[in-house]
Amino acid sequence: MDESCALSSASPNSLSNLFTFVLATYTTSLRQEIEMAETLLYNALKEAIDEEMARDSQVFVLGEDVGHYGGSYKVTKDLYKKYGELRVLDTPIAENSFTGMAVGAAMTGLRPIIEGMNMGFLLLAFNQIANNAGMLRYTSGGNFKIPLVIRGPGGVGRQLGAEHSQRLEAYFQGVPGLKMVACSTPYNAKGLLKAAIRDDNPVLFFEHVLLYNLKQDLPSEDYVLPLDKAEVVQEGSDVTILTYSRMRHHVAQATKLLDKEGIGADVIDLISLKPIDFETVGASIRKTHRVIIVEECMKSGGIGAELSASIMDRFFDELDAPVIRLASQDIPTPYNGTLENLTIVQPPQIVEAAQKLATNRL
Amino acid sequence: MVQERERVLPSFSTTQANITREDGLIVYEDMVLGRLFEDKCAEMYYRGKMFGFVHLYNGQEAVSSGVIKAMRKDDYVSSTYRDHVHALSAGVPAREVMAELFGKATGCSKGRGGSMHMFSSEHNLLGGYAFVAEGIPVATGAAFQSKYRREALGDPNADQVTACFFGDGASNNGQFFECLNMAALWKLPILFVVENNKWAIGMAHDRATSQPEIYKKAEVFDMAGVEVDGMDVLAVRAVAQEAVARARAGEGPTLIEALTYRFRGHSLADPDELRSKAEKDFWFARDPIKRLAAYLMEQNLATQEELKGINRRIQATIEEAVQFGLESPEPDPSELYRFVFAEDK
Ligand SMILES: Cc1ncc(C[n+]2csc(CCOP(=O)(O)OP(=O)(O)O)c2C)c(N)n1
Ligand SMILES: [Mg+2]
Repeated sequence: MDESCALSSASPNSLSNLFTFVLATYTTSLRQEIEMAETLLYNALKEAIDEEMARDSQVFVLGEDVGHYGGSYKVTKDLYKKYGELRVLDTPIAENSFTGMAVGAAMTGLRPIIEGMNMGFLLLAFNQIANNAGMLRYTSGGNFKIPLVIRGPGGVGRQLGAEHSQRLEAYFQGVPGLKMVACSTPYNAKGLLKAAIRDDNPVLFFEHVLLYNLKQDLPSEDYVLPLDKAEVVQEGSDVTILTYSRMRHHVAQATKLLDKEGIGADVIDLISLKPIDFETVGASIRKTHRVIIVEECMKSGGIGAELSASIMDRFFDELDAPVIRLASQDIPTPYNGTLENLTIVQPPQIVEAAQKLATNRL
Repeated sequence: MVQERERVLPSFSTTQANITREDGLIVYEDMVLGRLFEDKCAEMYYRGKMFGFVHLYNGQEAVSSGVIKAMRKDDYVSSTYRDHVHALSAGVPAREVMAELFGKATGCSKGRGGSMHMFSSEHNLLGGYAFVAEGIPVATGAAFQSKYRREALGDPNADQVTACFFGDGASNNGQFFECLNMAALWKLPILFVVENNKWAIGMAHDRATSQPEIYKKAEVFDMAGVEVDGMDVLAVRAVAQEAVARARAGEGPTLIEALTYRFRGHSLADPDELRSKAEKDFWFARDPIKRLAAYLMEQNLATQEELKGINRRIQATIEEAVQFGLESPEPDPSELYRFVFAEDK
């Protein structure tokens, strides 16, 4: 059953109900998190950078407007005052070249953190990311390592138009030598970014434009999270839901309803998009035998495409039903709000897919 | 800290201007249209009628009107994310630009593009490009097309010129230099128009470039480069006319650096905290619309009443555009995939 096809033939009326639902539930969930919360996600990221810069003088930040302006989402606000303009380097708008510069600095002993003002702009640096950051360690036969973090906002925001609403994971996942991580809460944002900075490999670190204002209580002591471990968000025995980044929060909306209906979802936030933590994924599939993948990436050649192929390779005998992939439509993200909402997966689709799998109506 | 001193604006004597009454009024009307349209956008954005990143052009009108109104209707224009006013100068009706901002099916990009992606093949508007500098190679390609038609296909009518608009920030990107080289190498009919408004979001121009006088970068490519007071539409027009004539004659490209200023923040989401009051005051005092109005009246080319009449007429055009945008239909959800491929008309 292909959910996205079902969606494009749905009547406009049921679609508009869908949006009312999405908006209402999404804003309540944000509010709930805010009430119990302490640290905003963008500040959690800033704490991670600040702590790592204090800990290791080789660590520095570079990118557009990271210094005086404080970063387009304020992740590096005022850090230049503390560390100076060379350690928080405002660059000209020259993505390919400053990314290449960071590779050179990393090869020669520094630990750069590149902020992509929007991750989409790194398309201009694709060559340096793929050929140099990704492949150079191998090409050089292990002569050099590239301890580099490339981080920044991405994903589909609110009516930002196609170029600023990119789903880049798909483009980068084929590049050998890159690690890819997607954070989704203030807690994991901080712990994962610190780990990424300490890692000796190039790490693409995805943040989502619509998650910067999430709030959460954070431990006051120093903590670092493993880069290669998925996070079990909730346990259940009926169906496995694999997701990451903002879609984790759409899944949370869906599971509220599913819980009420007695459908137990085992929700896993992948965290590491490359490599995938198949240990955690496999343990869940052995329990539920049914899988839904929920992603914001495009359906063709996306993370879900790769993931479902790997699940087939590794766990085919465990599956009681075909894997369902809920992904974005294969179109440039449209500006119009209605079309944009239709482009990405909405919670009712997740509910519907889980119901179908749970009752074996496939 | 930064940019405390203003660059000396190149002087231009109005005696060099010799603009006719008719042309003067066309240019005046175009600038007023740009200004009032953008003011309306701010209002509509705050009223929740348009979304995303909206970059307004207030203050820079002399560049768009000065260049585009010195060109022919069949010439090409390319722009950036700050593209509403270039679209208007290129002749895209205000209602189609406003409808696009409202995400409607009647917008010039059918509601798919939004503020940063205005397109109109009918008006040879090659588009608003949201990524810095990416419009430069595209515009260079359009200019190559003119040369190709004229020289490879022998079409004597293929003398269209392309105007490529971008900012000071874009002039530090590799695409700028690569295209300057190719355009000069092949003598392409193109105007590279840098709107140097001193800032790239929060990055002061002087902090981003080793040689702040951008027009000088033309010289190493053996290309004509000129600086012009971008707050004086008559000066911009004079420079543009010369560059257009050179391009049309097959004598190659020109790099025009227009010294200008944006009167608002980078986008409607920008708190605009880094620019000093002294700097803003320096430029506010050089409002290009007031300057042209004063000139037209001094030279007895128009009366105050006439100019007021134009303002009223433009205001009505914009109200009509808003009405049209509001009443226009949303794109049909069943057409989500329309325009992905060339077969979709
Ligand atoms: C490739 C790319 N990098 C970064 C950005 C983010 N960005 C948008 S506008 C801008 C500043 C551009 O300044 P300038 O070229 O001077 O044009 P202005 O906005 O002043 O008109 C930046 C960095 C972008 N849109 N595209
Ligand atoms: Mg600028």
